[in-house]
Amino acid sequence: MANVTEKSEKLAGSELAIIRGGSGKPLLMLHDELGFPGWMEWNEALAGDRQFIIPRQPGFDKSPRIDWIRSYRDLGGYYAQVLRELKLGQVDVVAFSAGAYIAAEMAASNPDVFGHMALVGPMGLRPTEGVIADFIAMSMRTHLRSTVADPFNTPEFLKIYGGEMTPEQFENFEDARAETARIGWEPFMFNPSLPHLLQGTASIKTALVWGTKDNFTPRGCVEAYQKAIPSAKLIEIKNAGHRPEIEKSGEFVAALKQFLAS
Amino acid sequence: MKIAYFTERPYRWVDEEVVLKNKAFFAVPNTHFDRKKGSDDYNHYLDEACYAEEQGFDAVCLNEHHGNPFCMGNVLNVEAAILARITKKVKIVLIGNPLPVIKHPLRMAEELAEIDLISRGRLVTGWVRGAGSEQYFNNANPAYNREMFNEAHDFIIQAWTKPGPWRYEGKHFHYRHVNPWALPFQEPHPQMWIPGVLSPETVLWCADHAYPYIGLGTSLGPTCDLWDFYAEQAAQNGYQAGSENFGYLVPTFLADTEEKAQELGRGFVYGGGQNAFSAPQYTLPPGYNSKGAIRNLAKQPGGSWLGVNREKMAGGDDAPAPKTTNYDEVRQKLVKGFEKGQRNLQLLIGTPKSVIPKIKQILDVIRPGTLTFFAVQGPVGNEDRLRSMQLLGEHVIPEIREYSQKIGLKDPFERKTGSVKLTHGTKRAPVVDREALKHFKFEA
Repeated sequence: MANVTEKSEKLAGSELAIIRGGSGKPLLMLHDELGFPGWMEWNEALAGDRQFIIPRQPGFDKSPRIDWIRSYRDLGGYYAQVLRELKLGQVDVVAFSAGAYIAAEMAASNPDVFGHMALVGPMGLRPTEGVIADFIAMSMRTHLRSTVADPFNTPEFLKIYGGEMTPEQFENFEDARAETARIGWEPFMFNPSLPHLLQGTASIKTALVWGTKDNFTPRGCVEAYQKAIPSAKLIEIKNAGHRPEIEKSGEFVAALKQFLAS
Repeated sequence: MKIAYFTERPYRWVDEEVVLKNKAFFAVPNTHFDRKKGSDDYNHYLDEACYAEEQGFDAVCLNEHHGNPFCMGNVLNVEAAILARITKKVKIVLIGNPLPVIKHPLRMAEELAEIDLISRGRLVTGWVRGAGSEQYFNNANPAYNREMFNEAHDFIIQAWTKPGPWRYEGKHFHYRHVNPWALPFQEPHPQMWIPGVLSPETVLWCADHAYPYIGLGTSLGPTCDLWDFYAEQAAQNGYQAGSENFGYLVPTFLADTEEKAQELGRGFVYGGGQNAFSAPQYTLPPGYNSKGAIRNLAKQPGGSWLGVNREKMAGGDDAPAPKTTNYDEVRQKLVKGFEKGQRNLQLLIGTPKSVIPKIKQILDVIRPGTLTFFAVQGPVGNEDRLRSMQLLGEHVIPEIREYSQKIGLKDPFERKTGSVKLTHGTKRAPVVDREALKHFKFEA
């Protein structure tokens, strides 16, 4: 088991909680709109030769909200400054759902920031068809269940969400949803200018990872990214929903390792 | 005391089972809307407001909601503008305009000024944050709800009081040219009354602005607590709160016999009543509640992430919802709630003879300066609705008016809110009668 630590640091003018685990070349992980779910099997599988750097998004859990951040573009700008202060140079990133929206904004602003960019079930662009699920208008139960194709046969999902909620978990969950609403409300979880700005990012090796049963970000989401970044590689994980990293962990890890080594 | 009339202007033609199946009024498909019947209803409710004036009410109240048959007041300023012209004496009380939902405070300042001018100074304008579902309906970001409310309110006051033209660059609103030509008839602006259902933040805000707070049918015990909370904050701000700072709205339906009142009064729980206004996922959108309110919610016991416990989930039992619902059983539960509401004095149903003593009990405990009768919901015909108003006008209002004078209840037009100064260190006077409260046995 990798040594996983968490520490709050003053970065880019604000406190930011950062989780670190594993050893080797840094790998930035940008969590989804519900926050960092915990150290999972796929993290462990990659931790042998990569050091995860996982910031908790401002407004989530131990990272305080930053009032001036009012959009995902603002948030991307903040994280870019964080990376500069951490002196990481060019890094690889794996980013999930709304986290992928952040990564795309960062890439669009400065293509040199990332070497490899893996976007999993990415939000951020208007889907070519369908809509990004309005998870803000769902009950907690419906929201969570609809993120995976088969909730009751996904052990890691049950490990995170199968039991009773503590008051702290409830509060963190609501904080995460509130912050997501605050910066992603309209247009909902996409930026109309982003596809145009992404056209300058061909230098970044990009993978789009998508579960074929993803109801949250429909196929139109990855197709929109393919249009904006024609060099992007599509990795489909069959029969997975919006969380292929825990639904089909083995396939996900193999595909991600291969991509990062390319 | 000011006595007001209020109706949600319900659309009365949706079959109850449609609402029960939807588990809420919000999001009932508008395919159930009949244009002819809707037209008749709108006109009837305007006539009702005129009838309230004839029956001796001091004020008519309007509110607004969106996307449901519970309340047809979708743009309350439209109705207020009509009433400004077709009524003669009554105050037109707006409880209220949902500022963060409308998102255009300059336009709001202009609309309200026009209404006040047409009515020759009869407008009382109130503000609300808008229910959770309104945020969805109007795509108003719930995480900025409180900020937008505060900024819009402050801007409107400035628009009415600061000589123009001037430029405004706020956080959520920006205007190049603020110079509303028409200013309100009342100087510097109409009174503002703020309705609420026990949000401490709203109560504090009211106390800081010395705005009357209108409790919307809230249970008497918690209402006392909150009004004490208001009065404490008022004392901190250097004034003594009194009846002029408080109003109360209570659902009321009268008929010529107790039996008929009980039968038709059930309209208050039609389709689930107020408790079925919107489904939970629409009631509390993310960011809408304060951090403190979320923390309180988090402490509620029995929370599970997925609605079933780990044991059931591990066994693969998803506890599916029953495919059929016995709506007669659902209705029986609603009737129990209707009866309990009456025992707790949150619903006043009966004849003038049985209802008047209950109103006096309420006035004794919470001592409001304004009292608003909320008319029945559900499919109650025009004739019965008007008869209830007539009974209120002929029998209840005169006696309650006299009683309120006897116990010294002054409204905000008789005594300006915040005008009774309190020097620092002086103990404030009570605003509620807790001895009178002890006579009640409330049911949880």
